Amino acid sequence: MTVAALSVRGLNKRFGSLHALKDVSLEVAQGEFFALLGPNGAGKTTLISILAGLTRADAGEARIMGHCVQRDYRQARRLLGVVPQELAFDPFLTVRETLQIQSGYFGLRHNHVWIDEILEQLGLQDKANSNMRALSGGMKRRVLVAQALVHKPPVIILDEPTAGVDVELRQSLWQFIRQLNRDGHTIILTTHYLEEAESLCERIAMLKLGQIVALDRTSNLLRSGGELHLEIRLDRAEVPVALQARARILGERRFGLHLASAADIEPVLAAVREAGARIEDISLRHPDLEDIFVQIMERT
Amino acid sequence: MSGFPTLLYKELLRFWRVWFQTVVAPIITAMLYLLIFSHALANHVQVYPGISYVSFLVPGLVMMSLLQNAFANSSSSLIQSKITGNIVFVLLPPISWFEFYLAYLCGSVFRGVMVGAGVWLGTLAFAPPQLSHPLWSLVFALLGGGLLGTLGIIAGIWSEKFDQLAAFQNFIIMPLTFLSGVFYSIHSLPSFWFAVSRFNPVFYLIDGFRYGFFGASDVSPILSLLVAGTCFVALSAVCLLMLQRGYKLRH
Repeated sequence: MTVAALSVRGLNKRFGSLHALKDVSLEVAQGEFFALLGPNGAGKTTLISILAGLTRADAGEARIMGHCVQRDYRQARRLLGVVPQELAFDPFLTVRETLQIQSGYFGLRHNHVWIDEILEQLGLQDKANSNMRALSGGMKRRVLVAQALVHKPPVIILDEPTAGVDVELRQSLWQFIRQLNRDGHTIILTTHYLEEAESLCERIAMLKLGQIVALDRTSNLLRSGGELHLEIRLDRAEVPVALQARARILGERRFGLHLASAADIEPVLAAVREAGARIEDISLRHPDLEDIFVQIMERT
Repeated sequence: MSGFPTLLYKELLRFWRVWFQTVVAPIITAMLYLLIFSHALANHVQVYPGISYVSFLVPGLVMMSLLQNAFANSSSSLIQSKITGNIVFVLLPPISWFEFYLAYLCGSVFRGVMVGAGVWLGTLAFAPPQLSHPLWSLVFALLGGGLLGTLGIIAGIWSEKFDQLAAFQNFIIMPLTFLSGVFYSIHSLPSFWFAVSRFNPVFYLIDGFRYGFFGASDVSPILSLLVAGTCFVALSAVCLLMLQRGYKLRH
Protein backbone atom coordinates (compact mmCIF):
# COMPACT_ATOMS: atom_id res chain seq x y z
CA MET A 1 0.00 0.00 0.00
CA THR A 2 1.37 3.45 -0.88
CA VAL A 3 1.87 5.73 2.05
CA ALA A 4 -0.29 8.87 2.20
CA ALA A 5 1.41 12.12 1.19
CA LEU A 6 -0.15 13.75 4.19
CA SER A 7 -1.91 12.21 7.13
CA VAL A 8 -3.25 13.85 10.26
CA ARG A 9 -5.06 12.08 13.05
CA GLY A 10 -6.89 13.58 16.00
CA LEU A 11 -5.07 16.89 15.77
CA ASN A 12 -5.87 19.38 18.52
CA LYS A 13 -4.42 22.80 19.16
CA ARG A 14 -5.36 25.51 21.61
CA PHE A 15 -4.06 29.08 21.83
CA GLY A 16 -5.21 30.10 25.31
CA SER A 17 -8.99 29.97 25.27
CA LEU A 18 -9.15 29.61 21.49
CA HIS A 19 -9.58 26.01 20.34
CA ALA A 20 -7.92 26.44 16.93
CA LEU A 21 -8.11 22.79 15.86
CA LYS A 22 -10.59 20.26 17.21
CA ASP A 23 -9.80 16.64 16.55
CA VAL A 24 -8.90 17.12 12.90
CA SER A 25 -8.19 13.97 10.87
CA LEU A 26 -7.62 13.70 7.15
CA GLU A 27 -5.47 12.00 4.55
CA VAL A 28 -4.20 13.22 1.20
CA ALA A 29 -2.96 10.62 -1.26
CA GLN A 30 0.25 11.00 -3.22
CA GLY A 31 -0.24 12.94 -6.44
CA GLU A 32 -3.51 14.58 -5.34
CA PHE A 33 -4.39 18.23 -5.87
CA PHE A 34 -6.19 19.00 -2.63
CA ALA A 35 -7.83 22.17 -1.30
CA LEU A 36 -8.20 23.23 2.28
CA LEU A 37 -10.94 25.85 2.45
CA GLY A 38 -12.53 27.82 5.22
CA PRO A 39 -13.26 31.34 6.39
CA ASN A 40 -10.64 33.38 8.24
CA GLY A 41 -9.92 31.85 11.63
CA ALA A 42 -11.08 28.38 10.56
CA GLY A 43 -7.71 26.82 11.45
CA LYS A 44 -6.18 26.35 7.98
CA THR A 45 -2.94 28.16 8.76
CA THR A 46 -2.67 26.45 12.16
CA LEU A 47 -2.99 23.07 10.46
CA ILE A 48 -0.35 24.03 7.89
CA SER A 49 1.93 25.35 10.64
CA ILE A 50 1.70 22.02 12.46
CA LEU A 51 2.52 20.13 9.27
CA ALA A 52 5.49 22.44 8.67
CA GLY A 53 6.75 22.10 12.25
CA LEU A 54 6.19 25.80 13.00
CA THR A 55 3.55 24.98 15.60
CA ARG A 56 3.33 21.98 17.89
CA ALA A 57 0.03 20.17 18.26
CA ASP A 58 -1.37 19.64 21.77
CA ALA A 59 -2.61 16.19 20.78
CA GLY A 60 -2.72 14.00 17.71
CA GLU A 61 -0.21 13.19 15.05
CA ALA A 62 0.75 14.60 11.65
CA ARG A 63 2.81 12.76 9.05
CA ILE A 64 4.34 13.75 5.73
CA MET A 65 4.91 10.72 3.47
CA GLY A 66 4.72 8.55 6.59
CA HIS A 67 7.24 10.60 8.61
CA CYS A 68 6.03 12.14 11.86
CA VAL A 69 6.56 15.91 11.77
CA GLN A 70 7.75 15.88 15.38
CA ARG A 71 9.73 12.69 15.94
CA ASP A 72 11.13 12.39 12.40
CA TYR A 73 11.12 16.10 11.63
CA ARG A 74 14.24 16.12 9.48
CA GLN A 75 12.83 13.66 6.95
CA ALA A 76 9.32 15.18 7.13
CA ARG A 77 10.67 18.67 6.39
CA ARG A 78 12.84 17.41 3.55
CA LEU A 79 9.71 16.04 1.89
CA LEU A 80 7.62 19.16 2.35
CA GLY A 81 7.69 22.56 0.65
CA VAL A 82 5.61 25.35 2.15
CA VAL A 83 4.68 28.67 0.58
CA PRO A 84 3.82 30.80 3.60
CA GLN A 85 0.98 33.29 3.55
CA GLU A 86 3.04 36.22 4.84
CA LEU A 87 5.19 38.03 2.30
CA ALA A 88 8.56 37.62 4.02
CA PHE A 89 12.03 38.08 2.51
CA ASP A 90 15.62 38.68 3.50
CA PRO A 91 16.51 42.27 2.58
CA PHE A 92 20.24 41.52 2.41
CA LEU A 93 19.96 39.03 -0.43
CA THR A 94 19.33 38.93 -4.16
CA VAL A 95 16.75 36.54 -5.62
CA ARG A 96 19.41 34.01 -6.67
CA GLU A 97 21.15 34.20 -3.29
CA THR A 98 17.80 33.71 -1.56
CA LEU A 99 17.27 30.49 -3.50
CA GLN A 100 20.85 29.27 -3.13
CA ILE A 101 20.73 29.83 0.62
CA GLN A 102 17.33 28.18 0.97
CA SER A 103 18.68 25.23 -0.99
CA GLY A 104 21.72 25.07 1.28
CA TYR A 105 19.48 24.92 4.36
CA PHE A 106 18.29 21.60 2.94
CA GLY A 107 21.89 20.47 2.48
CA LEU A 108 21.79 21.02 -1.31
CA ARG A 109 24.78 23.19 -2.13
CA HIS A 110 25.15 22.49 -5.86
CA ASN A 111 21.61 23.00 -7.03
CA HIS A 112 22.21 25.57 -9.81
CA VAL A 113 20.47 23.67 -12.61
CA TRP A 114 17.19 23.32 -10.71
CA ILE A 115 17.40 26.88 -9.38
CA ASP A 116 17.79 28.16 -12.95
CA GLU A 117 14.81 26.07 -14.01
CA ILE A 118 12.50 27.40 -11.30
CA LEU A 119 13.68 30.96 -11.97
CA GLU A 120 12.69 30.48 -15.59
CA GLN A 121 9.42 28.70 -14.87
CA LEU A 122 8.34 31.44 -12.50
CA GLY A 123 9.46 34.26 -14.80
CA LEU A 124 12.15 35.40 -12.39
CA GLN A 125 15.25 35.02 -14.55
CA ASP A 126 15.41 38.76 -15.29
CA LYS A 127 15.26 39.49 -11.58
CA ALA A 128 17.75 36.83 -10.48
CA ASN A 129 20.39 39.35 -9.48
CA SER A 130 18.02 42.00 -8.11
CA ASN A 131 17.87 42.64 -4.40
CA MET A 132 14.69 41.30 -2.81
CA ARG A 133 13.77 44.81 -1.65
CA ALA A 134 13.59 46.00 -5.27
CA LEU A 135 10.87 43.49 -6.23
CA SER A 136 7.15 44.18 -6.48
CA GLY A 137 4.73 42.29 -4.21
CA GLY A 138 3.83 39.84 -6.99
CA MET A 139 7.50 39.13 -7.72
CA LYS A 140 8.21 38.56 -4.03
CA ARG A 141 5.32 36.09 -4.00
CA ARG A 142 6.95 34.23 -6.91
CA VAL A 143 10.21 34.02 -4.95
CA LEU A 144 8.29 32.54 -2.00
CA VAL A 145 6.97 29.84 -4.33
CA ALA A 146 10.47 29.26 -5.71
CA GLN A 147 11.87 28.92 -2.18
CA ALA A 148 9.32 26.25 -1.35
CA LEU A 149 10.31 24.27 -4.46
CA VAL A 150 14.06 24.63 -4.21
CA HIS A 151 14.57 21.18 -2.63
CA LYS A 152 12.11 19.45 -5.01
CA PRO A 153 9.71 18.35 -2.29
CA PRO A 154 7.15 15.68 -3.24
CA VAL A 155 4.51 17.43 -1.08
CA ILE A 156 3.87 21.14 -1.59
CA ILE A 157 1.59 23.29 0.57
CA LEU A 158 0.55 26.68 -0.76
CA ASP A 159 -1.06 28.92 1.84
CA GLU A 160 -3.02 31.49 -0.17
CA PRO A 161 -0.34 31.84 -2.86
CA THR A 162 -2.42 34.15 -5.05
CA ALA A 163 -3.48 36.66 -2.39
CA GLY A 164 -2.91 40.12 -3.84
CA VAL A 165 -1.44 38.76 -7.06
CA ASP A 166 -2.35 39.99 -10.55
CA VAL A 167 -4.22 37.82 -13.06
CA GLU A 168 -1.21 37.18 -15.28
CA LEU A 169 0.91 35.84 -12.44
CA ARG A 170 -2.01 33.84 -11.09
CA GLN A 171 -2.42 32.08 -14.40
CA SER A 172 1.28 31.40 -14.93
CA LEU A 173 1.61 30.23 -11.33
CA TRP A 174 -1.24 27.74 -11.68
CA GLN A 175 0.15 26.53 -14.97
CA PHE A 176 3.43 25.77 -13.23
CA ILE A 177 1.77 24.18 -10.19
CA ARG A 178 -0.40 22.03 -12.48
CA GLN A 179 2.75 20.87 -14.25
CA LEU A 180 4.31 19.97 -10.89
CA ASN A 181 1.17 18.02 -10.03
CA ARG A 182 1.31 16.18 -13.38
CA ASP A 183 4.94 15.33 -12.57
CA GLY A 184 3.74 13.58 -9.43
CA HIS A 185 3.95 16.27 -6.73
CA THR A 186 1.15 16.36 -4.21
CA ILE A 187 -0.33 19.85 -3.95
CA ILE A 188 -2.28 21.14 -0.96
CA LEU A 189 -3.77 24.54 -1.44
CA THR A 190 -5.59 27.07 0.69
CA THR A 191 -7.26 29.96 -1.05
CA HIS A 192 -10.12 32.40 -0.72
CA TYR A 193 -10.59 32.31 -4.50
CA LEU A 194 -12.97 29.37 -4.60
CA GLU A 195 -13.09 29.22 -8.38
CA GLU A 196 -9.35 28.36 -8.26
CA ALA A 197 -10.00 25.46 -5.91
CA GLU A 198 -12.97 24.31 -8.02
CA SER A 199 -11.00 24.23 -11.25
CA LEU A 200 -7.74 22.83 -9.84
CA CYS A 201 -8.48 20.48 -6.96
CA GLU A 202 -9.73 16.91 -7.07
CA ARG A 203 -10.72 16.86 -3.40
CA ILE A 204 -11.66 19.52 -0.92
CA ALA A 205 -11.78 19.76 2.86
CA MET A 206 -13.73 22.61 4.43
CA LEU A 207 -12.83 23.81 7.89
CA LYS A 208 -14.95 25.87 10.22
CA LEU A 209 -13.95 26.89 13.74
CA GLY A 210 -11.19 24.30 13.83
CA GLN A 211 -13.31 21.37 12.62
CA ILE A 212 -13.63 19.64 9.27
CA VAL A 213 -17.22 20.21 8.15
CA ALA A 214 -16.92 18.75 4.64
CA LEU A 215 -14.43 16.42 3.01
CA ASP A 216 -15.19 15.02 -0.43
CA ARG A 217 -14.32 14.97 -4.10
CA THR A 218 -14.93 18.34 -5.73
CA SER A 219 -17.42 16.78 -8.17
CA ASN A 220 -19.43 15.23 -5.31
CA LEU A 221 -19.50 18.51 -3.43
CA LEU A 222 -20.74 20.33 -6.53
CA ARG A 223 -23.46 17.72 -7.04
CA SER A 224 -24.50 18.03 -3.42
CA GLY A 225 -25.58 21.61 -4.14
CA GLY A 226 -28.55 20.10 -5.98
CA GLU A 227 -30.54 23.05 -7.16
CA LEU A 228 -30.09 25.09 -10.31
CA HIS A 229 -29.90 28.85 -10.14
CA LEU A 230 -32.13 30.83 -12.47
CA GLU A 231 -31.59 34.55 -12.84
CA ILE A 232 -34.02 36.79 -14.69
CA ARG A 233 -34.02 40.49 -15.54
CA LEU A 234 -37.45 41.92 -16.34
CA ASP A 235 -38.64 45.13 -17.95
CA ARG A 236 -40.18 46.16 -14.63
CA ALA A 237 -39.28 46.27 -10.94
CA GLU A 238 -42.13 44.11 -9.60
CA VAL A 239 -41.57 40.35 -9.34
CA PRO A 240 -44.62 38.42 -10.65
CA VAL A 241 -46.96 37.65 -7.73
CA ALA A 242 -46.79 33.89 -8.28
CA LEU A 243 -43.01 33.94 -7.81
CA GLN A 244 -42.70 36.45 -4.98
CA ALA A 245 -42.48 33.86 -2.21
CA ARG A 246 -39.51 32.07 -3.81
CA ALA A 247 -37.66 34.89 -5.53
CA ARG A 248 -34.52 36.57 -4.20
CA ILE A 249 -34.07 40.15 -5.33
CA LEU A 250 -30.59 40.46 -6.85
CA GLY A 251 -30.71 44.04 -8.06
CA GLU A 252 -32.84 46.53 -9.93
CA ARG A 253 -35.34 44.47 -11.99
CA ARG A 254 -33.24 41.32 -11.33
CA PHE A 255 -34.30 38.35 -9.28
CA GLY A 256 -33.12 34.77 -8.78
CA LEU A 257 -34.81 31.44 -8.09
CA HIS A 258 -33.60 27.99 -7.01
CA LEU A 259 -34.95 25.21 -9.24
CA ALA A 260 -34.90 21.48 -8.55
CA SER A 261 -34.42 20.70 -12.26
CA ALA A 262 -34.50 22.26 -15.72
CA ALA A 263 -38.14 21.12 -16.08
CA ASP A 264 -39.13 23.76 -13.50
CA ILE A 265 -38.21 26.60 -15.86
CA GLU A 266 -41.48 26.49 -17.82
CA PRO A 267 -43.80 27.30 -14.84
CA VAL A 268 -41.56 30.28 -14.04
CA LEU A 269 -41.78 31.58 -17.62
CA ALA A 270 -45.55 31.04 -17.51
CA ALA A 271 -45.80 33.12 -14.33
CA VAL A 272 -43.82 35.93 -16.02
CA ARG A 273 -46.07 35.83 -19.08
CA GLU A 274 -49.17 35.81 -16.90
CA ALA A 275 -47.95 38.95 -15.13
CA GLY A 276 -47.59 40.64 -18.55
CA ALA A 277 -43.86 41.19 -18.02
CA ARG A 278 -41.13 40.89 -20.59
CA ILE A 279 -37.81 39.09 -19.98
CA GLU A 280 -34.77 41.20 -20.91
CA ASP A 281 -32.12 38.71 -19.80
CA ILE A 282 -32.11 35.18 -18.43
CA SER A 283 -29.42 32.75 -17.24
CA LEU A 284 -29.40 29.30 -15.76
CA ARG A 285 -26.40 27.87 -13.99
CA HIS A 286 -25.40 24.95 -11.81
CA PRO A 287 -24.24 25.85 -8.28
CA ASP A 288 -20.53 26.59 -8.08
CA LEU A 289 -18.16 25.92 -5.22
CA GLU A 290 -18.87 29.30 -3.71
CA ASP A 291 -22.60 28.43 -3.45
CA ILE A 292 -21.73 25.07 -1.87
CA PHE A 293 -19.23 26.71 0.48
CA VAL A 294 -21.82 29.25 1.66
CA GLN A 295 -24.44 26.50 2.09
CA ILE A 296 -22.08 24.33 4.15
CA MET A 297 -20.87 27.21 6.30
CA GLU A 298 -24.46 28.30 6.99
CA ARG A 299 -25.63 24.76 7.67
CA THR A 300 -22.89 23.75 10.14
CA MET B 1 23.88 16.90 4.36
CA SER B 2 23.41 19.54 7.00
CA GLY B 3 22.06 23.08 6.69
CA PHE B 4 24.59 24.36 9.24
CA PRO B 5 27.28 25.60 6.80
CA THR B 6 24.71 27.57 4.82
CA LEU B 7 23.13 29.12 7.90
CA LEU B 8 26.59 30.14 9.10
CA TYR B 9 27.42 31.53 5.65
CA LYS B 10 24.17 33.52 5.66
CA GLU B 11 24.98 34.90 9.11
CA LEU B 12 28.44 36.01 7.96
CA LEU B 13 27.06 37.43 4.71
CA ARG B 14 24.40 39.34 6.64
CA PHE B 15 26.86 41.42 8.66
CA TRP B 16 29.44 41.62 5.88
CA ARG B 17 26.90 43.22 3.53
CA VAL B 18 26.83 46.19 5.93
CA TRP B 19 30.51 46.00 6.94
CA PHE B 20 30.87 49.71 7.48
CA GLN B 21 28.17 49.70 10.12
CA THR B 22 29.02 46.33 11.68
CA VAL B 23 32.82 46.30 11.56
CA VAL B 24 34.33 49.71 10.78
CA ALA B 25 32.01 51.82 12.98
CA PRO B 26 32.76 49.91 16.23
CA ILE B 27 36.49 50.06 15.48
CA ILE B 28 36.27 53.84 15.11
CA THR B 29 34.28 54.10 18.36
CA ALA B 30 36.95 52.12 20.23
CA MET B 31 39.67 54.34 18.77
CA LEU B 32 37.84 57.41 20.04
CA TYR B 33 37.66 55.88 23.53
CA LEU B 34 41.39 55.23 23.39
CA LEU B 35 42.14 58.72 22.17
CA ILE B 36 40.03 60.47 24.79
CA PHE B 37 40.85 58.31 27.81
CA SER B 38 44.54 58.12 27.04
CA HIS B 39 44.70 61.89 26.56
CA ALA B 40 42.78 62.60 29.77
CA LEU B 41 44.28 59.97 32.06
CA ALA B 42 47.61 58.81 30.66
CA ASN B 43 49.65 61.02 33.00
CA HIS B 44 47.50 60.35 36.07
CA VAL B 45 46.95 56.61 36.16
CA GLN B 46 49.30 53.68 36.22
CA VAL B 47 47.65 50.34 36.89
CA TYR B 48 50.49 47.83 36.53
CA PRO B 49 54.12 48.76 37.08
CA GLY B 50 55.98 49.34 33.85
CA ILE B 51 52.81 49.37 31.74
CA SER B 52 51.51 52.67 30.43
CA TYR B 53 47.82 53.49 30.82
CA VAL B 54 47.38 53.49 27.04
CA SER B 55 48.82 49.98 26.85
CA PHE B 56 46.60 48.94 29.77
CA LEU B 57 43.53 50.22 27.93
CA VAL B 58 44.23 48.28 24.73
CA PRO B 59 43.13 44.74 25.77
CA GLY B 60 40.12 46.14 27.64
CA LEU B 61 38.91 48.07 24.60
CA VAL B 62 39.60 45.17 22.26
CA MET B 63 37.64 42.80 24.47
CA MET B 64 34.80 45.27 25.08
CA SER B 65 34.34 45.78 21.33
CA LEU B 66 34.55 42.06 20.72
CA LEU B 67 31.89 41.30 23.35
CA GLN B 68 29.48 44.04 22.32
CA ASN B 69 29.66 43.05 18.66
CA ALA B 70 29.30 39.35 19.35
CA PHE B 71 26.12 40.16 21.28
CA ALA B 72 24.88 42.58 18.61
CA ASN B 73 25.37 40.06 15.81
CA SER B 74 23.18 37.21 17.00
CA SER B 75 20.62 39.38 18.77
CA SER B 76 20.04 41.80 15.87
CA SER B 77 19.97 39.01 13.31
CA LEU B 78 17.29 37.13 15.23
CA ILE B 79 15.11 40.10 16.13
CA GLN B 80 15.18 41.35 12.53
CA SER B 81 14.28 37.93 11.21
CA LYS B 82 11.47 37.59 13.73
CA ILE B 83 10.02 41.01 13.05
CA THR B 84 10.26 40.81 9.26
CA GLY B 85 9.01 37.22 9.35
CA ASN B 86 11.91 35.73 7.38
CA ILE B 87 12.85 33.52 10.36
CA VAL B 88 10.38 31.10 8.76
CA PHE B 89 12.96 30.26 6.08
CA VAL B 90 15.27 28.91 8.78
CA LEU B 91 12.50 27.15 10.69
CA LEU B 92 11.04 25.25 7.72
CA PRO B 93 14.17 23.31 6.65
CA PRO B 94 15.51 20.28 8.55
CA ILE B 95 17.99 22.31 10.63
CA SER B 96 18.30 20.93 14.17
CA TRP B 97 18.20 23.21 17.20
CA PHE B 98 21.86 22.45 17.85
CA GLU B 99 22.88 23.42 14.29
CA PHE B 100 20.80 26.58 14.67
CA TYR B 101 22.64 27.45 17.90
CA LEU B 102 26.04 26.63 16.45
CA ALA B 103 25.54 28.75 13.31
CA TYR B 104 24.40 31.86 15.20
CA LEU B 105 27.14 31.32 17.80
CA CYS B 106 29.93 30.98 15.22
CA GLY B 107 28.62 34.00 13.29
CA SER B 108 28.77 36.07 16.48
CA VAL B 109 32.23 34.88 17.46
CA PHE B 110 33.48 35.60 13.96
CA ARG B 111 32.19 39.17 13.92
CA GLY B 112 33.34 39.78 17.52
CA VAL B 113 36.86 38.53 16.79
CA MET B 114 36.97 40.47 13.53
CA VAL B 115 36.06 43.74 15.26
CA GLY B 116 38.40 42.94 18.18
CA ALA B 117 41.27 42.27 15.79
CA GLY B 118 40.49 45.50 13.95
CA VAL B 119 40.54 47.48 17.20
CA TRP B 120 43.84 45.84 18.20
CA LEU B 121 45.41 46.71 14.86
CA GLY B 122 44.16 50.28 15.24
CA THR B 123 45.70 50.60 18.71
CA LEU B 124 49.13 49.77 17.31
CA ALA B 125 49.28 53.41 16.24
CA PHE B 126 49.05 54.44 19.92
CA ALA B 127 50.88 51.68 21.82
CA PRO B 128 53.53 49.12 20.92
CA PRO B 129 52.29 45.55 20.41
CA GLN B 130 52.47 43.44 23.54
CA LEU B 131 51.27 39.84 23.69
CA SER B 132 53.19 37.87 26.29
CA HIS B 133 50.77 34.88 26.33
CA PRO B 134 48.85 35.02 23.01
CA LEU B 135 47.19 31.67 23.55
CA TRP B 136 45.49 32.93 26.73
CA SER B 137 44.24 35.97 24.84
CA LEU B 138 42.91 33.79 22.03
CA VAL B 139 41.11 31.48 24.45
CA PHE B 140 39.44 34.40 26.25
CA ALA B 141 38.58 36.09 22.94
CA LEU B 142 36.79 32.97 21.69
CA LEU B 143 35.16 32.32 25.06
CA GLY B 144 34.03 35.95 25.34
CA GLY B 145 32.63 35.95 21.82
CA GLY B 146 30.86 32.66 22.56
CA LEU B 147 29.41 33.85 25.86
CA LEU B 148 28.04 37.14 24.52
CA GLY B 149 27.01 35.52 21.24
CA THR B 150 24.96 33.01 23.24
CA LEU B 151 23.49 35.80 25.34
CA GLY B 152 22.61 37.54 22.06
CA ILE B 153 20.74 34.45 20.84
CA ILE B 154 18.81 34.30 24.11
CA ALA B 155 17.99 38.03 23.92
CA GLY B 156 17.04 37.78 20.25
CA ILE B 157 14.68 34.89 20.91
CA TRP B 158 13.20 36.43 24.05
CA SER B 159 12.65 39.93 22.61
CA GLU B 160 9.48 40.52 20.66
CA LYS B 161 10.31 44.07 19.61
CA PHE B 162 13.35 46.28 19.19
CA ASP B 163 12.54 48.13 22.44
CA GLN B 164 12.97 44.99 24.49
CA LEU B 165 16.27 44.18 22.84
CA ALA B 166 17.47 47.75 23.38
CA ALA B 167 16.57 47.43 27.08
CA PHE B 168 18.53 44.18 27.27
CA GLN B 169 21.49 45.89 25.62
CA ASN B 170 21.34 49.11 27.68
CA PHE B 171 20.55 47.67 31.10
CA ILE B 172 22.48 44.40 31.00
CA ILE B 173 25.18 44.31 28.35
CA MET B 174 26.43 47.90 28.64
CA PRO B 175 26.77 47.92 32.47
CA LEU B 176 28.37 44.46 32.39
CA THR B 177 30.98 45.54 29.86
CA PHE B 178 31.64 49.06 31.17
CA LEU B 179 31.83 48.01 34.84
CA SER B 180 34.26 45.20 34.22
CA GLY B 181 37.68 46.83 34.47
CA VAL B 182 38.03 47.99 30.88
CA PHE B 183 39.25 51.40 31.99
CA TYR B 184 40.64 50.56 35.46
CA SER B 185 41.81 47.79 37.73
CA ILE B 186 39.10 46.64 40.12
CA HIS B 187 41.67 46.92 42.92
CA SER B 188 41.31 50.66 42.62
CA LEU B 189 37.59 50.46 43.45
CA PRO B 190 35.97 50.92 46.91
CA SER B 191 35.46 47.56 48.62
CA PHE B 192 31.72 47.39 47.83
CA TRP B 193 32.22 47.87 44.07
CA PHE B 194 35.24 45.60 44.19
CA ALA B 195 32.98 42.86 45.61
CA VAL B 196 30.25 43.60 43.05
CA SER B 197 32.75 43.43 40.18
CA ARG B 198 33.74 39.92 41.20
CA PHE B 199 30.20 38.77 40.36
CA ASN B 200 30.51 40.19 36.85
CA PRO B 201 31.54 37.44 34.42
CA VAL B 202 32.71 40.05 31.90
CA PHE B 203 35.34 41.18 34.42
CA TYR B 204 36.92 37.69 34.27
CA LEU B 205 36.84 37.72 30.46
CA ILE B 206 38.65 41.07 30.29
CA ASP B 207 41.05 40.25 33.11
CA GLY B 208 41.98 36.90 31.55
CA PHE B 209 42.32 38.51 28.12
CA ARG B 210 44.57 41.19 29.60
CA TYR B 211 46.73 38.50 31.22
CA GLY B 212 47.51 37.27 27.71
CA PHE B 213 48.86 40.75 26.88
CA PHE B 214 50.93 41.56 29.97
CA GLY B 215 51.24 38.37 32.00
CA ALA B 216 49.65 40.41 34.81
CA SER B 217 46.04 40.44 35.94
CA ASP B 218 43.76 41.25 38.89
CA VAL B 219 42.90 37.57 39.47
CA SER B 220 44.47 34.30 38.33
CA PRO B 221 43.74 33.50 34.67
CA ILE B 222 42.82 29.97 35.72
CA LEU B 223 40.07 31.37 37.95
CA SER B 224 38.95 33.65 35.09
CA LEU B 225 38.85 30.69 32.73
CA LEU B 226 36.81 28.64 35.19
CA VAL B 227 34.27 31.42 35.84
CA ALA B 228 33.91 32.39 32.18
CA GLY B 229 33.80 28.76 31.08
CA THR B 230 31.12 27.90 33.64
CA CYS B 231 29.03 30.91 32.57
CA PHE B 232 29.37 29.92 28.92
CA VAL B 233 28.28 26.34 29.59
CA ALA B 234 25.34 27.50 31.76
CA LEU B 235 24.13 30.08 29.20
CA SER B 236 24.57 27.60 26.35
CA ALA B 237 22.47 25.07 28.26
CA VAL B 238 19.71 27.67 28.74
CA CYS B 239 19.90 28.69 25.08
CA LEU B 240 19.83 25.11 23.80
CA LEU B 241 16.86 24.32 26.02
CA MET B 242 15.00 27.35 24.63
CA LEU B 243 15.75 26.25 21.08
CA GLN B 244 14.91 22.63 21.69
CA ARG B 245 11.52 23.63 23.12
CA GLY B 246 10.98 26.15 20.33
CA TYR B 247 10.52 28.94 22.91
CA LYS B 248 9.00 31.97 21.11
CA LEU B 249 10.02 30.46 17.76
CA ARG B 250 7.67 27.53 17.32
CA HIS B 251 4.23 27.87 18.95
